[in-house]
Amino acid sequence: MRADGTVRTVVTGVGVAAPNGIGTEAYWAATLAGRSGIAPTTRYDASGYPLRLAGEVPDFEAEKHIPSRLVPQTDHGTRLSLYAADEALRDSALDPAGLDPYGMGVATASSMGGFEFGQRELQNLWSKGGRFVSAYQSFAWFYAVNTGQISIRHGLRGSSNTVVTDAAGGLDALGNARRQIRKGTTAMLTGGVDGALCPLGLAGHLSSGAMSTGSRADRAFLPFAEDAPGQVPGEGGAFLVLEDAASARRRGAREYGELAGYAATFDAAPQASGQAGAGLVRAIRRALDDARTAPEDVDVVFADAAGVPELDRAESRALGEVFGPGGVPVTAPKSMTGRLFAGGASLDLATALLALRDGTIPHTANVARPGPGHPIDLVTGEPRAADLRRALVVARGRGGFNAAAVVRRDV
Amino acid sequence: MERRIVITGIGAVAPGKPGAKEYWELISNGRTATRTISSFDPAPYRSRVAAECDFDPFAAGLGRQEVRRMDRATQFAVAAAREAVADSGLDLPAQDPATVGVSLGNAVGCTTSMEREYTVLSNEGADWLVDHRYAVPHLYDHFVPSSIAVELAHLVGAQGPVALVSDGCTSGLDAIGHATDLIREGSADVVISGGTDAPISPITLACFDAIKATTPRNDDPEHASRPFDATRNGLVLGEGAAVLVLEELEHARRRGARIYAEVAGVGTRCNAYHMTGLRTDGTEMADAISHALAEARLAPESIDYVNAHGSSTKQNDRHETAAFKTALGQHAYDVPVSSVKSMIGHSLGAIGALELVACVLAMRDGLVPPTANLHEPDPACDLDYVPLRAREARVDNVLSVGSGFGGFQTAVVLARPEREAA
Amino acid sequence: MSDANATATELTVEDLTGIMRSSAGEDESVDLDGDILDSAFADLGYDSLALLETVARISRDYGVELGDDVLDGVETPRELLAAVNRTLAAA
Repeated sequence: MRADGTVRTVVTGVGVAAPNGIGTEAYWAATLAGRSGIAPTTRYDASGYPLRLAGEVPDFEAEKHIPSRLVPQTDHGTRLSLYAADEALRDSALDPAGLDPYGMGVATASSMGGFEFGQRELQNLWSKGGRFVSAYQSFAWFYAVNTGQISIRHGLRGSSNTVVTDAAGGLDALGNARRQIRKGTTAMLTGGVDGALCPLGLAGHLSSGAMSTGSRADRAFLPFAEDAPGQVPGEGGAFLVLEDAASARRRGAREYGELAGYAATFDAAPQASGQAGAGLVRAIRRALDDARTAPEDVDVVFADAAGVPELDRAESRALGEVFGPGGVPVTAPKSMTGRLFAGGASLDLATALLALRDGTIPHTANVARPGPGHPIDLVTGEPRAADLRRALVVARGRGGFNAAAVVRRDV
Repeated sequence: MERRIVITGIGAVAPGKPGAKEYWELISNGRTATRTISSFDPAPYRSRVAAECDFDPFAAGLGRQEVRRMDRATQFAVAAAREAVADSGLDLPAQDPATVGVSLGNAVGCTTSMEREYTVLSNEGADWLVDHRYAVPHLYDHFVPSSIAVELAHLVGAQGPVALVSDGCTSGLDAIGHATDLIREGSADVVISGGTDAPISPITLACFDAIKATTPRNDDPEHASRPFDATRNGLVLGEGAAVLVLEELEHARRRGARIYAEVAGVGTRCNAYHMTGLRTDGTEMADAISHALAEARLAPESIDYVNAHGSSTKQNDRHETAAFKTALGQHAYDVPVSSVKSMIGHSLGAIGALELVACVLAMRDGLVPPTANLHEPDPACDLDYVPLRAREARVDNVLSVGSGFGGFQTAVVLARPEREAA
Repeated sequence: MSDANATATELTVEDLTGIMRSSAGEDESVDLDGDILDSAFADLGYDSLALLETVARISRDYGVELGDDVLDGVETPRELLAAVNRTLAAA
């Protein structure tokens, strides 16, 4: 029990589908080795587009990982979600059948839903006619699809939900999972595995004005670098099993760490540029308060790392305000995956837990040093060994969403 | 002391004329707003009826830029939110913005804008490699429903937690549930909540046609939505939005606000069974109801009105009838049950919030809205569904339920805050 | 595929299993190449959505209109084949 009377929640399982690794350990090894998953787009012919790079999950053969019956009815992103959720559940060694019938639920985040599936069915409709539209379109593209499919696949009948807060979603889903556990659910499968790597999705991304102007895979997404050229879209993310700490202890589960703090805020708009980041500061401070953690007790920050100069400056300014200039190691291993939208923060949280486990801060590969406008201790060049107990994960979504989460081990 | 959550303002854009008052006038008189689709030519589709909103964004106070930028679902939400905030009497600018949140339900995003822009970029579906150069500047916002919550948050100046809740057809109820969580845990004192959807678009028709979920009763659109009737043969698509101002009880009392109702209990379950199918026994919905009642500390017998999901599909209406019997016991046969979808169709992520507005007004006026078009009850649906005409009754405690693709089952209990706990 | 089959006048069980495989997948515990004619679709791992998708595919590939009632009372591949082939023969 926590001081505020709520139950403690711990992460007991992790599953990853990332551009630089399928499976938690493959991803972690690639990340520590600085191997990037950003590469020329293969999913469609990108030669006519200004951005020809993406963080695609490579060599994912759906038929090997999910039941054949689910393949025709799922978007690529849902297949990756099912994979990562399955890995997280296996990793936790939790058997949902042993729980109360409503003892476990699913909390996911999405941004565009099953978008590639949706584009295909739009094309079927408009080029051939209504009777060419799949019966599965009624749910395969919508935002709740991963929650529903994961719930069905594992027989999870507890309270379940889906949040859409753009790239802040991975943390907001985790916050929702914790809410359900506080209300009596034993465990939640939570996270986001997201992406819209199809031509229509790219058109949307390009319209945001945030996409990279770079053409070299190792120079296209450089968060906090001087003249960061913008974002590269990717796909993937992570799922976690979040569990009531008492249940985890009872069954002797391996614990990656406790979800000690979480908060979400929203930016005022329109913002004076000097104020940008004020909402993020509030989110971080509220998450730290929730975790009863002082800024000086945070050992590492996993940044949102937009890779867009103005957004990067707002973030480094916010971190400087909370922690002091260079007051805490900051890292953005997403420089190796691209932006994963609702999946990004879930993957960052999984990465933070692995960092706590191994006492290693993965580095921000491809970024040589932070630009002059960034008063942060950015971990670059190679992983940094450190005694890590508490990590802060920060995420932001387009339009003004801010979220922050604190995870800790062994306290 | 536990923080309690009350409803202090309501706003609606429902099929027919916009406005909560107009909406209540429609359904309390048992009139239907279902008709042949007029926003585009529905001729190629199996089901060609829907409940459309006669919504003029300019009359609703939106500017030219806003109309261009916002999807129809966003416009609905903004109009409903303005009405709800005005109705609440809340002085939002005087409120600490960090204590104001948004929790909006939506199932299918900015469907009509997304499809319209798709046809432009793809040369009407000819090209897989769409031409991004024809994209509108805010195309991304049409692809992510979070943009709807963003507009609403900016409208009300929220700087607390803001979320778009997307649980298919339970989104509207689940957004209210999420809002109550935010207030109870202290993350916000005021949450602008509800649901919106504007799904009436060719792609939506085509995908509901493909699973035969929508009714083919095209020759009689006014009577096409027939919950619990033996002749029902599918749902009628709707559109709209409802926004409710949710507020911490003491916060509302301190400012002398009119309190419509307390959100006394929320239960959610998943059936983990099928993306579109339902178990016939309704066991998960029954458990959601029991959970919501327990949270409200109310016995089943104290429920005065059940606002049903009543979607007018064969399987749903039996499913929830079974769930009511399991959760409410003998009282299921005594309590009035009705489906407003008989009059305003099924607006997916909005309907749960529109139904809660109906519940609030039923409590205020002591009037249970009817189930229209119910002439010949399905023998398997043997409860009191308040056929055709509204019924006067004292309504203190209400149960409203929803059921959605993905397996979501949600129950919300509204009560009077001054009630005695059972 | 639709061109090749546009002139076909009969749907065989092999055609049907091929369509089901691609439009609805194949349950790992079922051998679709075995004797399935009289097995219930439910026992073969196919639900109502899978059947709707299958019928839609047949309708497109074979260029026939299969009405809303084509699946009424149909529980096995043999019954579905009979219903479809009746329509094909009449076309």
